[in-house]
Amino acid sequence: MHALALLAASVTVMGAVMAMTRRVAVHAVLYLVVTLLALATVLVMLGASFAAMLEIIIYAGAIMVLFVFVIMMINLGQPDSAREKEWLRPRAWCGPGVLATIMCAELLYCLNPPSGPAPAPITAHDVGLSLFGRYVLMVELVSFLLLAGLVSAFHIGRNRVGGR
Amino acid sequence: MPAFSFNDTLLLATIVFSVGLAGILVRRNMVFMLMALDIMLNATALVFVAAGARWHDATGQVMFVLVLALAAVETAVGLGIIMCLHAHGRPTLDADTGNLLGGQGRG
Repeated sequence: MHALALLAASVTVMGAVMAMTRRVAVHAVLYLVVTLLALATVLVMLGASFAAMLEIIIYAGAIMVLFVFVIMMINLGQPDSAREKEWLRPRAWCGPGVLATIMCAELLYCLNPPSGPAPAPITAHDVGLSLFGRYVLMVELVSFLLLAGLVSAFHIGRNRVGGR
Repeated sequence: MPAFSFNDTLLLATIVFSVGLAGILVRRNMVFMLMALDIMLNATALVFVAAGARWHDATGQVMFVLVLALAAVETAVGLGIIMCLHAHGRPTLDADTGNLLGGQGRG
């Protein structure tokens, strides 16, 4: 296996293990973001650039923001300054920082692509044609699923705001 | 020769899925259980993409997009439930305390 591939895979596994063994939820979210970035690198190496971009934008961008938002709202009980001091200690962000630096170094190293036959990539064009051609019914089903999620999230949130 | 062979990717996905499964079995905090679910969904999506790359078919990435939508919905609803439980004055996020439908905690 290529050394870069081994590096990305090991960062993925290490980030997942660290995310599952942290005690503080924010630290776990940091490790999880690094895991998702490394997994996006693995996807790029598989020739799926479109999937990797979606992974970064939607997963590491949107879904992780949801997690951070909820964790911030849940931990409101403690005093602010003590909580932030707890979160900003170096040993909280050192591990994710090191892993993210490894991924960044790998990205910089790969800016001029190494020679050799790369796997023929599957472009977003192919994915879009397949998505809205053969699998258009599944897209409709996913839109139903998203609508159901929207309605249920709104319902749960409305009960909370209404107060009981 | 591609950087990842199909077997390597399957091995990586198995390890990541096992980590997520162990997390959801060991951790009782609901936020961590959601994170473990996300890790497991990522592993399955990785298998889809790897299979699509192995047989050079766009269907793998189509399934990746669908898994992504599923993960987004699951995370949104799960975090909404956590917020609801927290707003009702539950002191902990331990999943084992929510074993009654009345929401009154351990019976």
